[in-house]
Order: sequence, then structure tokens, then C-alpha cells
Amino acid sequence: MKTTAARATWRSRAAARATSRHRCPRPGAPRLGPRRRAARTGQYLALLCYLVFLAFPLLWLISTAFKPPAELATLHPTWLPERPTLNNFRQAFDEQPLLRAAGNSLITAGCATAIAVVLATPMAYVMARHRSLLSRAATGWVVVSQAFPFVLVIIPLFLILKNLQLINELAGLVLVYVVWSLPFALWMLTGYVRAVPREVEEAAAVDGAGKLRTLVSVTAPLLAPGIVATALFTFITAWNEFFFALVLLKSPEKQTMPVVLTHFIGTEGVADLGPLAAAALLATVPSLVLFAVIQRRITGGMLTGAVKH
Amino acid sequence: MTPVTAKARSDNGKAPGSPDGPGSPDGPDGPDSPSTTDTAGGGTGRIRPGGGRRGDGGRRAGSGAWPGAWFLVLPALIPILVLSVGPLLYGIGLAFTDSQSGRTDPTQWIGLLNFRDLWHDSLFWESFRVGLVWAVGVTVPQFLLALGLALLLGQDLRMRWLARTLAIVPWAMPEVVVGIMWRLVYHSDAGILNETLRDLHLGNGTDWLTGLSSALPAVIVVGIWAGMPQTTVALLAGLQNVPRELHEAAAVDGAGAWRRFRTVTWPAIRPIALAITALNFIWNFNSFALVYVLTSGGPGGRTRLPMLFAYEEAFGYGQFGYAAAMGCVMVAVISVLLAIYLAGRLKGDDQ
Repeated sequence: MKTTAARATWRSRAAARATSRHRCPRPGAPRLGPRRRAARTGQYLALLCYLVFLAFPLLWLISTAFKPPAELATLHPTWLPERPTLNNFRQAFDEQPLLRAAGNSLITAGCATAIAVVLATPMAYVMARHRSLLSRAATGWVVVSQAFPFVLVIIPLFLILKNLQLINELAGLVLVYVVWSLPFALWMLTGYVRAVPREVEEAAAVDGAGKLRTLVSVTAPLLAPGIVATALFTFITAWNEFFFALVLLKSPEKQTMPVVLTHFIGTEGVADLGPLAAAALLATVPSLVLFAVIQRRITGGMLTGAVKH
Repeated sequence: MTPVTAKARSDNGKAPGSPDGPGSPDGPDGPDSPSTTDTAGGGTGRIRPGGGRRGDGGRRAGSGAWPGAWFLVLPALIPILVLSVGPLLYGIGLAFTDSQSGRTDPTQWIGLLNFRDLWHDSLFWESFRVGLVWAVGVTVPQFLLALGLALLLGQDLRMRWLARTLAIVPWAMPEVVVGIMWRLVYHSDAGILNETLRDLHLGNGTDWLTGLSSALPAVIVVGIWAGMPQTTVALLAGLQNVPRELHEAAAVDGAGAWRRFRTVTWPAIRPIALAITALNFIWNFNSFALVYVLTSGGPGGRTRLPMLFAYEEAFGYGQFGYAAAMGCVMVAVISVLLAIYLAGRLKGDDQ
């Protein structure tokens, strides 16, 4: 949940950039006095520190994934693999059922996303368009659901799913993911619905379209990009989710990607570091690609929406 | 899914209903043409905060009376009530029972017994203390670092795009992968951290994640790294609200950078700063996967966050009732702490 809820807008950087263009001349511009130049140097130094802090674990993960066993066993590891190899990836597939895990993750996250978005879109529409007690209660629930520790939710869900014979079944996990992602999907979609001008719907009504017709052929197409963004985000969070999957899935052939990844740690010796890194890298690729697709579209975030200006 | 996505991208910033409308200048097509679309974006941006008020006005159009609304709400409302609100109440109820896994005799109502046991459970309170140290230790430095980064990203620096991209990558990574990645970094022999320390002749390196005194700080650093994107993006959004004219006027009047930050920037981003620190605190206190992968709560419980403790109690020992009581205590204490924090901050606002 954490990853999803603090979404805010990346567009801000464009505005910030536009602002800074007005304010600061480019480095090296003739107006730069010695004091400004010192400040600029300081800024670059700070930026460099940030770059190092943010990048070095990533570089290390990638580098480890391509290192042959001999380079991993040495007491003086190097930054880059001297003889890069793809063996770690092959070994990772041999050691753990990664393909099946990816399949399980895909099914679970895909089903949960589809159900959550189908359920949430109509309700988000009502929440955005009609200020009623229900809308306010739903908003309150969205906020409250953020604060509760998962353990308080998972114990009763565990008992309920056990009665339904859905423990250790992907269907049970799908159910949990739907409920768990609904608050966020609702919040995100409500923002997107608000961005669809009411006037468009009113115009359709004036032209004689019924309410349902208006929703299906006028509102829905305008909402489509928002629905896609919400769906992708929901998918990413479900794909990455670990706690519920750990609790609910016991048999190895049912487990999702993050849970299977932790099995590499259980058997960790120096020789296993390569496959561990390789598998971790592979597991990240889908979310990273999807995130790159929607990154710029995650707009009108919860925080900007929640705080009135 | 691909064609829809493609369409979504091409619509970006053009369709009137595009949610990207507000401030869309940075859409995929035109990251370098802010000036052309910025004004339009600003105009659309005004709509959103006022959305609620427009909703009120909508009632006079009679839309509030539309009975079909119920059919739109019910599909989501039923699962919410049955699978979220219901279980939550059930979970709170469980805290007052002796519910256990795999027991044949019926669960008994035992009143406050779980809470009395919990009160004397020094292991739990130790874990609670670790949780607080972790939550504060992650939230505060992360906020300061993210604020610095957000301010830097607002400057016209080269390589900024790289920092921006890197700052958002952890957001997309599974927490388990973040944990694995840092295990590789912290690895006592093959890890890059110890190797760097050896190269710099700063000692022989440490077993970061297994050392009694180093484990918690090491884990906190990972927590800070993992949560940078959310905080930075939220603060970047907040920086949008900084009135540029005021900033320039202050600069003309000779106010230094620090003074401008304190009197112009900070008041504008304060609401968002407050919201994101409060949320981060809750999330961090309730976090699980990262530390589970890094240390599983070890060594000797030094990094055993309350969630790990409750997880072991519930699914290791099967003490459902007791674990639910822990959950209740966690919610209660966190709510009180947050109320104090927010009340104090909001009072500060008035002065």
C-alpha cells in the first residue's frame, strides 16, 4: 500500500523547471558572481551525493547478477564483473520455479486488477459527482484503511478464507488483493473523474442522451486513460506484494514471485549470491517497465487533492 | 492493453478530460516545451481543488437524486463491507478472545485478558520500542533528504534527469527485491560496502546485518532509501504551490536563500510536509517485508518490528487472539502519537 498512496504529481517538476528558468541563469552565464558560483558548486556536490546514494545499490545488484562464481567468492569484489556471464540467470531458473512463480503472480495480479478496477470505477464516479453521506464515509474509509496494521486485517481474513477453503489458493489471494487495492483505486479514479468536465455530460444530456448512454459513450472514453493508469498501478502493487502472499500461500507451486525470491535467501551461501541477484533483477523488470509507462500519468495525487489551496 | 495505453499516451495533454490536464507540460511528448502548455495546464489545475464545491452545486441539477447511483455503488460497496469493514471489526473482536489456530474446543470470550498479558510482555514492548525507533529513524532523515532533493530538482542543474529517474526507481521495485539488493550491499565478504571501507582503510568492515549494534541503523538506511520516491514526489508537488512572485520579490529585497526558504517556500509546502511525514510514520511503523527479508527481526530481536512480532505470534505460534490484541494496541498508540503530532503542528500554524 505504501507505494501506492503517496502518489503525487511528477508534472510538478515541469512547473518547477519552468520556474527555475525564470529565476536562475544557466551555469556559466556571464551574470554569475563568485558567490553564486560557489552556491552552484555546492548544489552540484549535493546532487552528486544523491546520485551516489540512489544509484550504488542498483549498480551493485546488476553487477552481482552478471558475475561468475569466482568473482563472487573473492574477498576483494570489484565494481564491475571482469568476465560477465549469464550463467546466474540460468542457474536461478534451475534452483527455483521462477517461471511458475511469475505465472502465479501474473494471474493473481491480473485478476485482482481487473476486478478491482471494474468494481471501483462506478463507485468512484458516484463519489466524485455526488457529495453525499456515502461518499464522505467512503473517503473516510479510504483514509482509515491506510492506518491499520495489516496483521489486524489478515488474521480475520485468514480465518474467513479458511472457512471458505481458500487458503493456499490463488483465488483467495485475489480476493484479498481486490479488497486491499480498492481504497487506492477509488481514490485515484475519483480524481480522474473530477478532471472530466461536467459540462461534457450536460451537453450530452441536452442532446437527448440518457444517463447510462452518457456514461458509456461520453464519460467512459474520456476516463479511459485514467482507468488504464489506475489499472497499471494496481497491477504493479499486487505484483510486488509480499505479506499477504507469504501468509496465504503455503505450497511452493502456488507461491508468487516475491515469496519465491525469499527462498533464495534461505539457502544463501557465497555461491548463491549470483542467482539471487539475477532472480531479483528479473522479478523487477515487469514492474519497472509498467511504471515507466505510467510514471508521467500519475497526476492529481492524493496529497495535492487532500490539501486545499 | 497495449493499444489503449498507446491511445492514453497520445491523448496526453490534449483531450479536455485527460487527467493529465493539470500541468501536463511534462507529458511524454513535450518534456521540453513547458512554456506552451503551462498556462493551459495551470488553468485546468484550478478545477481540481474546487471539485468538491462543484459537486455541491451539482445537486441543483438534480443529479443527486439519480437512483441509478446505487447500482454504481453497490458492486464496490458490498465487497468493502463484507471483506474489509467486516473483517476489521472481526479482528478487533478477536483481540478479546482466546482464538488460536488448530484448536478443537470453541473460542472463548476472555475480555481484557490478552491486553493484560500484553501489558506484562516485555518482549512486545521491546519490539514496540524498536518499531518507534525505526519509524522515526526512517521518517525524519528521509523527509530532510527528500526535501533537499526536491529543492535541488527545482534548480536548473545538469544531470537532474538522472537524479529524477533514480529517485523514482525504488517506487517500482518489490520490497523483497530492495531487501535482497541491500543484503548484497551489506554482505560481509562479497558486499561492496565493506570492500569500499577496506579500500579507504577504514577498518576491516562489519557484519552489518548481524551485528547487535549495527543491525538497526543498517536497516534504517534501507528504509530511507526505499521510501525516497514517495516523499520526494509529494514534496515536488508541494513546491508547485510556492508563489514565484513572492520568491522573486524576497530576492530583490535582499533576502538570502535560507530566509527565502523559511518565509516563502516552507509556509507553502508545510501542509504537504505535514501530511507526508504523518503518512510515512504510519507506513513505516506498519512495515514488514523489507526487514523480514533483511534480518527477519534478528539479531536477538534488535530489528524485530511490531509487525514481525505479531506475524510470528499469529502465524508462527497460532495465537490469533493475542496477535489481534497487538494490532489493536499498535493502532491505538499510533493514533494517539499522530494526534499529538498533528495537534502540535497545527497549533504552530496559528501562531
